[in-house]
Amino acid sequence: MKIIRRLSACVFLCITCLAAVSYAGKINIVTSTADIAALAEEIGKDKVKVTSIAKPTEDPHFVDAKPSFIVKLNKADLFIETGLELEIGWLPILVNNARNSKILPGKSGYLLASIGIQVIEVPAPELTDRLMGDIHPFGNPHYMLDPLNGKIVATRICERLCQIDPENCDYYRSNFDGFTERLNQKLSEWQNVLLPFQGTKIVTYHKAWGYFANRFQLNIIGELEPKPGIPPSPSHLKDLVWRMNNEGVKLIIISSFREQRSPEFVAAKTGAKVLVLPIMPGGIKGTEDYLSFIDYNINEIVSLLSGLSGNAKFQKTGADVK
Amino acid sequence: MKYIPFFVFICLLFAGNHMSSVFAENDVRMNKDDFNALMNQLQGMKTLIEEMKQDYNSRLDKMQEKIAALEKEKAQLTEKISPSPNVSEKPKSIKGEYVKKEEFEEVMKQLHDTEKHLEDMELRYNAREEEEQDNIAATQFIPDSAPEKWSPTQPITLWSAGRNYMDISFDGLFSAGASTDEDVQSLFGGGHDPNQRGFTLQQLETTLEGTVDPYFRGVANILFQLDDEGESFLEVEEAYLTSLSLPLNLQVKAGTFLTEFGRFNETHPHSWDFIDQPLVNNRFFGADGLRNPGARFSWLAPTENYTELFIAVQDSQGETAHSFRSHEDMFGRESMETDVHNLGDMLYTPRVVTAFELTDEQTLMLGSSASFGPNSTGGDQDTIIYGIDMFWKWKSKTAEAGFPFVTWQTEVMGRRFEAGEEEEHGLSNDVFHNWGAYSQINWGFKKRWVAGFRADYVDGLEEVFVEEHEEEGHEEEEGNHHHGDGLGFERVRLSPNITFFPTEFSKIRLQYNYDNILGDDRTEHSVFLQFEFLLGSHGAHKF
Repeated sequence: MKIIRRLSACVFLCITCLAAVSYAGKINIVTSTADIAALAEEIGKDKVKVTSIAKPTEDPHFVDAKPSFIVKLNKADLFIETGLELEIGWLPILVNNARNSKILPGKSGYLLASIGIQVIEVPAPELTDRLMGDIHPFGNPHYMLDPLNGKIVATRICERLCQIDPENCDYYRSNFDGFTERLNQKLSEWQNVLLPFQGTKIVTYHKAWGYFANRFQLNIIGELEPKPGIPPSPSHLKDLVWRMNNEGVKLIIISSFREQRSPEFVAAKTGAKVLVLPIMPGGIKGTEDYLSFIDYNINEIVSLLSGLSGNAKFQKTGADVK
Repeated sequence: MKYIPFFVFICLLFAGNHMSSVFAENDVRMNKDDFNALMNQLQGMKTLIEEMKQDYNSRLDKMQEKIAALEKEKAQLTEKISPSPNVSEKPKSIKGEYVKKEEFEEVMKQLHDTEKHLEDMELRYNAREEEEQDNIAATQFIPDSAPEKWSPTQPITLWSAGRNYMDISFDGLFSAGASTDEDVQSLFGGGHDPNQRGFTLQQLETTLEGTVDPYFRGVANILFQLDDEGESFLEVEEAYLTSLSLPLNLQVKAGTFLTEFGRFNETHPHSWDFIDQPLVNNRFFGADGLRNPGARFSWLAPTENYTELFIAVQDSQGETAHSFRSHEDMFGRESMETDVHNLGDMLYTPRVVTAFELTDEQTLMLGSSASFGPNSTGGDQDTIIYGIDMFWKWKSKTAEAGFPFVTWQTEVMGRRFEAGEEEEHGLSNDVFHNWGAYSQINWGFKKRWVAGFRADYVDGLEEVFVEEHEEEGHEEEEGNHHHGDGLGFERVRLSPNITFFPTEFSKIRLQYNYDNILGDDRTEHSVFLQFEFLLGSHGAHKF
């Protein structure tokens, strides 16, 4: 009996030691997606360890609830979630099994990033129905594609880190200031380069680009998916091709994990160009941090549109001659 | 007191005739408490926003003051730098003004910073205000709808999207098909397997789940079913709570639940990859799997890779504890009435699972489980069922909607059954060992399409008891919807299938079973089509 008691005491000590060790080091941040992870990295820098559950390359709506994520959440000091039901299919079961009371909603270790975002595309109650596809009843969750929303989320991450780790608050604040300074500067650059293309009509695969289009005044006239989450059907594509030809749409934006057959089909019928863009930092190599990710997307769009504008002018003059 | 029913009746008559106009006020009074509470909430929110606004305004004022001051300074400085509009005078005192210029730049930078800060604040404030306004809009919606005139013919709405504290889902699972064996139930032993040639309602599952309070989550699965005679029946499959915030990585689950033994036992028919149960699960755990009221403790090891230990303590009796005190006749022994005398008469199921991330795209899970408990063939006869399980999954790094993927799942189980002596049939104490296994591969080869293949094996029960077992099985089936494992023979089954998922809320599956009943020297073929729909919001599934 004595041995058992001693053993159990040892085990208990070990556990408490392990628990203590996990507290001592860096602030352990776990995020559901890579975009928020990139922001947390900007603000926490070397005072934090950031892990994203969803890989930047995969569809954030469908992530496997792998057991290793339970372990990551179990050890998290701060857990940040995109919200708006983006992660509803895989996150709740992980959080429930993580048995980490620090990261439960309402605690300082839990941050819902969508709070404070001006959410768009909230379906009308009458249309909040699965007949409309796999809709998000609280609105479009792809808000991080708009850099100003990234700024709002960064603000909240900074505030929360200050709350959890007040000693390093100044450090986080200065990182945040540095980040927003770079962001502000970049933002005006981005707006400038996209200025000539304001109002350009585009088509996307999934309803992921609404916030981005609003910020940079692009005009999304339709999606390849007939309804969110429903794969393109021939009749819908036929309809879309007609509309694109009618309205002179020359750009199709698709996320990097999408199939490319139907976009290519539509492109062939309309003479539009397909542009594959990441929706998460790291979705394509060299876009690991948030600003270079937005930068990449904008440069790609600008270079494609400026290539097209020559053609467009040519077409216009052709029409005028007629 | 006698008059009350009469009075109520009169009231109802009235209400039925023209309640909307005359009794409209009454309706409001019924909801007045709620209404007031809501109005209070709304008021609270409004004051909150007002406070925020004031706060913001005061800060804004301060900022503006600062800006004004700075602008003044700036103006003074510019005056100093260029006291008169005449530019030609400037070079006169370059040296003296040079320092001032730096100062000016400093101030300009400060001003710029302040402006930016203000801009950020505005952004934040606007975002918050937006949010609060949304809240108000959401709250205001209730007072508007509350005084709406209710009439008895209207359906009562208990919840609406976003405001209920419970996720409700309803799953309908059906199959249609035929088999070369006209007694379909002797081939498909599972409680949710196809039970006849033609159509089978495999299950209607209602799942209620949600957070009870900050300490517990609750889940209930209530099943409706039709047996092969068309009789409806209801089954409480699971109802349990799990703890949310126990210390030391512990978790408790209590209620009635499917035992965490291997991978298959704790899953529900709607998440199965095949239309039927594996043979070995059916043989050892019976038609509905191993489940009973009880409690389960688990501990997540504080290691780098996932390792979890489980121990479940459950009742050991009833038809959902098939190899234990099931009150079914086993191995020719008539079941005896047994009682629980001590803790040893409960059903104990320890389990350990561990997972490895082989690469970014591959995960391997290994587990082993055992169940210990008494059986009902004698006073102190015990059963042990032990098993090992393996699950491997590959999913593409650039998966769209979770496709493409490949999974491979295998379970091997053994059973040690101590059978007591029975004088009537001249049977002495004996120990029977049996084993079985299944292995299945699923390949999501294209978005929405999954191809599967499963191989099943179970060994034969002792020859002498097979026929008896079968006979009794048939007798039992009369008036009993749970058709147990009707065949005690050694058996190999191969099941290829293909599934199409229009969305994650529906599926259509076609499966063929090649059934080689070695012990009986016959081969049976079955083809079934399965279809499923899922309403409401259903919780995520375990990996």
